[in-house]
Amino acid sequence: MAKITLQNLKHSYLSDPVGTDDYALKQIDAIWEDGSAYALLGPSGCGKTTLLNIISGLLTPSEGQVLFDDQDVTHTPTTERQIAQIFQFPVVYDTMSVFDNLAFPLRNRGVAEDIVKARVKEVANMLDLENSLKQRAAGLTADGKQKISLGRGLVREDVNVIMFDEPLTVIDPHLKWQLRSKLKELHQKIARTMIYVTHDQTEALTFADHVVVMYDGKVVQVGTPVDLFERPAHTFVGHFIGSPGMNILPCELSEGASYFAGNRLLINCSKLPENGSKNLELGVRPEFVEFDEDGFPVEIVKVDDLGRHQIVVARHENNIIKMIVGEGEPIPSENPRISFSPEHTRLYKNSWVVD
Amino acid sequence: MSKTTNQKAWILVIPVIVLVAFNALIPLMTVVNYSVQETFGSNVFFWEGIKWFEEVLNSSRFHESFLRQIFFTGTILAIEIPLGIAVALSMPKKGPWVSVCLVLMALPLLIPWNVVGAMWNIFALPDIGLLGRMINGIGIDYNFTQQPVAAWMTTIAMDVWHWTSLVVLLAYAGLCSIPDAYYQAAKIDGASAWAVFWHIQLPKMKRVLTIAILLRFMDSFMIYTEPFVLTGGGPGNTTTFLSIDLVKIALGQFDLGPAAAMSLIYFFIVLLVCWIFYTLMMRDEAE
Repeated sequence: MAKITLQNLKHSYLSDPVGTDDYALKQIDAIWEDGSAYALLGPSGCGKTTLLNIISGLLTPSEGQVLFDDQDVTHTPTTERQIAQIFQFPVVYDTMSVFDNLAFPLRNRGVAEDIVKARVKEVANMLDLENSLKQRAAGLTADGKQKISLGRGLVREDVNVIMFDEPLTVIDPHLKWQLRSKLKELHQKIARTMIYVTHDQTEALTFADHVVVMYDGKVVQVGTPVDLFERPAHTFVGHFIGSPGMNILPCELSEGASYFAGNRLLINCSKLPENGSKNLELGVRPEFVEFDEDGFPVEIVKVDDLGRHQIVVARHENNIIKMIVGEGEPIPSENPRISFSPEHTRLYKNSWVVD
Repeated sequence: MSKTTNQKAWILVIPVIVLVAFNALIPLMTVVNYSVQETFGSNVFFWEGIKWFEEVLNSSRFHESFLRQIFFTGTILAIEIPLGIAVALSMPKKGPWVSVCLVLMALPLLIPWNVVGAMWNIFALPDIGLLGRMINGIGIDYNFTQQPVAAWMTTIAMDVWHWTSLVVLLAYAGLCSIPDAYYQAAKIDGASAWAVFWHIQLPKMKRVLTIAILLRFMDSFMIYTEPFVLTGGGPGNTTTFLSIDLVKIALGQFDLGPAAAMSLIYFFIVLLVCWIFYTLMMRDEAE
């Protein structure tokens, strides 16, 4: 078990990178506390898997260091790092039985056979594999195979960190939910550091204590699910997390007040940038937009009824504003006006939040 | 619901039937015809039943060439398959050298069989051949035209040189299709290089290797041109394999009946082995 520190990490798959565009990881500084459950969230191609492979030692970073408990392991081979990693697609050793598959990581490290037996049995119980231990692994379904992959990750007791690289991609939806809660439960039981890579926000938010959001080779925010929801540090986080995502609207400043399309708005920002600053945007989540006779006028484009709530798509001049309205609440048919909750309206400069 | 009857479809199948009839069935039936009759020329035939089959199956000459054949095929399989896998494993996975290696590997396969025989014949001649001179030069008495062991070794070396590439290319294709995740998972699991080979690479290559073995079995079991050009079946009869023996009987001695019976037996052996392979492969896929 260890605290993992990433310092100044950069990685390029090219041998001779020139500009920042050549880097898959642009600049990563992060600390993963011992025993926490992290989710690494981001769109496909943002560098999540690269980061994971650097932590596990499958890749050596172009620049920067990886520290396990203040000990530099940047160039330490994978086998000596004591980590477990589970991949997107199930990896099973076809020729072996399920039992031998689960025992493989232990036997490779010369663990005594009676301990192997006990550990495999325990892991098989956790994953409901006890009845298929004698079966050949090749004959299992995709879920079964992925359970074996998970099992091989969990079977060793001495690992520093367990990393999951979108492990539930090939799993059926109902099993997905089960396995996810199982992992969560497992984390509470064994208190091992876990890093869970996903591009699915529900998965990330349900699994993790801390969510690390990556975008375009950078970490844009680390925080609890509540932080990410209430105070997205970057417009990408606002947009990516939430369903629908945050409304990002153009903003102008004048005389110490913020204006959206000519309407003066109160926002949650203690230190406004100078008047005339460029690249300003307002962000407000659809949950914090409401109908208000004192607000500004909008035209309603459409209403989607999702059963639990309704999503109203409104337009003010050329700006689309989405809002969430409770199920059964009336939607004004004439001259609708809306307002934003000042507490939850944030100002963004060059896409980064201004407090 | 009644099934529509449309016999016109048969018209479309006729070209295939005619083609197969002319290139396979009719020649085969001629052989069957010869194998159960005796002829003294002028198209006069006498019914002999299974006499020729009994004669062939009981002749020590057939037994000997059959054993030679089995030994030859077994030996080249035992060399070419492991060697092919080893070469494929040591080939680069990416980069500019991949195409260089692949072209070099494919070269022997592009050379016509009789040319391979002629090449090795000259190459190994003890007085003027590069290989023959060299072996004699280091003090080993080597003459493949007179020593049975030398003749065997040369024939095997020639086949290995000619056909290992096929195994390499197939094994390489199998290796390339293994996703990176397997190697990464093996690293995480702390597997040794041997374990990676035994538990990942070999099982994943199983299908292409079955095909390689099948192809090499059939080709080497029916080998004719190369040893014929190299040794002519000699010295004596020591490298006379089934097909060389067959040609000797049919065209040398003009014993059409026994030759036809032997052809059929030969054909059934190949068919049987192919069937076994096919069944094994299909059973594997069903798993």
